[in-house]
Amino acid sequence: MVLDGSLPLAREVRSPWRDTWLRLKEHRMAILGLAFIVLVALSAFFADWVAPIPFTLQDSTRAYEPPTSEHWMGTDQLGRDLFSRLLQGARISLSVGIMTQMIILIIGVPIGAIAGYFGGRVDQALMRTIDVMYSFPDLLIVIIVMASMRAAFRDPRASGVMGVLASVDSAFGGLLGVFVALALVSWLTVARLVRGQVLALRERDFIHAARASGASRRSILMRHLIPNTVGVIVVAATFGIPRAIIVEASLSFIGLGVQAPMTSWGVMLLEGYKALRASPHLIVFPAAALSLTVLAYNFLGDGLRDALDPWTGHSR
Amino acid sequence: MGQYAFRRVLAVFPVLLAVYTVTFFLFQITPGGPWDRERPVPREVVENLNRKYGLDRPMWQQYVDYLAGVVTRFDFGPSYKRVSRTVTDIIGDFLPTSATLGIVAVGLAVAIGIPLGVLSALRPNSALDHLASFLAVVGYSIPSFIIGPLLIWICALWLGWLPTGGADTWRHYVLPAITLSLAPLALFARYTRSALLDVTHADYVRTARAKGLRESMIVVRHALRNALIPVATIGGVITAEIIVGSFYVETVFAVPGLGRYFVTSVTDRDYPVLMGVTLLLAGIVAIANLVVDLVYATLDPRIRYN
Repeated sequence: MVLDGSLPLAREVRSPWRDTWLRLKEHRMAILGLAFIVLVALSAFFADWVAPIPFTLQDSTRAYEPPTSEHWMGTDQLGRDLFSRLLQGARISLSVGIMTQMIILIIGVPIGAIAGYFGGRVDQALMRTIDVMYSFPDLLIVIIVMASMRAAFRDPRASGVMGVLASVDSAFGGLLGVFVALALVSWLTVARLVRGQVLALRERDFIHAARASGASRRSILMRHLIPNTVGVIVVAATFGIPRAIIVEASLSFIGLGVQAPMTSWGVMLLEGYKALRASPHLIVFPAAALSLTVLAYNFLGDGLRDALDPWTGHSR
Repeated sequence: MGQYAFRRVLAVFPVLLAVYTVTFFLFQITPGGPWDRERPVPREVVENLNRKYGLDRPMWQQYVDYLAGVVTRFDFGPSYKRVSRTVTDIIGDFLPTSATLGIVAVGLAVAIGIPLGVLSALRPNSALDHLASFLAVVGYSIPSFIIGPLLIWICALWLGWLPTGGADTWRHYVLPAITLSLAPLALFARYTRSALLDVTHADYVRTARAKGLRESMIVVRHALRNALIPVATIGGVITAEIIVGSFYVETVFAVPGLGRYFVTSVTDRDYPVLMGVTLLLAGIVAIANLVVDLVYATLDPRIRYN
């Protein structure tokens, strides 16, 4: 046999990413979910073109109107166009989901990787903390943190660090507290997942080979371990985003989340709930939007999980 | 076993202490106080109120005194909002309603969720399995304050079968209990299904089949018992879900329970009530987890020797 590479290949060369994408495409619900998310994201991004009526335009004489050709989804209690508000709410809800998840990853991934790789006391400390917080009613903590931060940022006497944070908060439309509170309770799961993956990888042959050929600990961490945990991270992020969206909606529903004049799906759900008896369309549209988006992310996450690691649930 | 149990019980207290400390700290860093109203309150009034409730003492002293009160007398202090009631009184007023609701919801979740999981596991990848999995995803992902109003709209407003809110008769508990039970139900179904699927591949089940036992007999008398053990471990998570879920379900259905009262106290800044209810709820979850761990250790001796 000639081993100089001149033999014709029986199969095209495929990178692992292409393999993953092909497996993902077979998962019909996941692709549907992905398509829906892209649609919502684009509509939200181009909201000004898709829904030209300004979402703050009030016209009390035409409040509570059901869907018409002019107002595709009707109007709300102040006569504002519901479709525009829905897209505006999409912007906020999606941003909260994505930004919170990014913060969670920035905190959780390094900590999990370090705990998994170095083991010892760092690992013990991390696992203790996770065990303590795992079964907690975390929404309870989030509510209290939110209420405190909300009050802290509103206070006009804020100075120094608080003052800086307060201006960051208003730049985000009062959402900084939401980001922080959510990230605080959620980063532990990601850290634990990454830690688990690193622990499993640590004993694999290619790591032994790298160490035997003299790679430094840092280089092993950066060039081998972290890239191989990307799969786990992507799946965790895809499931984390809808969770963050729901928590934001929950907080807004009890009045602790996004504040006027900003709107989010949670705020719209509260307004719709108050008008449920007479004008159900006020709650139907945001409810459908939120539910479909969350379901889409969940299906996409399921598909990604199967696509990225087809060995899950089977023995190697 | 005694050793393990003792260590496990001991572990509850640092957790509660941590919750107390973090909550106390959060209340302290919040500017403004429980006396703020829409119009500015005269300074002398604020000072007098602070003196009356001991808020002018140094922080560490407030921390220790309140903690001492809780530990020795279960005294969570007086309510700032409802001036004539103590927190313990208020908890006594509202807890029974919430507890009833929660217990009914858990009952529903177990009674429907576990059989659903079993049926799915018996016929994996069938139409029934896919349907059940889909419903589980929906039940877990879609928040209760969406499903709740939907149920209100359908059952109460449109069909007129059930009342829309309050808690006067047993009819009032139906919709809230159903809404509250959906997420736990989904969890039970999912975990039962995967646990049972794991167990059906075990050797002792193969032996039973080889001996010629009926499949249904195998499932009920052998597989199910062992499969339910890992399902029991989510008891703590379920408790937490029910508690947090009650905030929203009670708000949507206007049930006068502790969850809804907690939410309104947050905006009122009634600190003793908030602290008392937080500690109570955290304590309930901690105890639930403790019970689950002890039961699990009893059933699976491998756990104790860790």
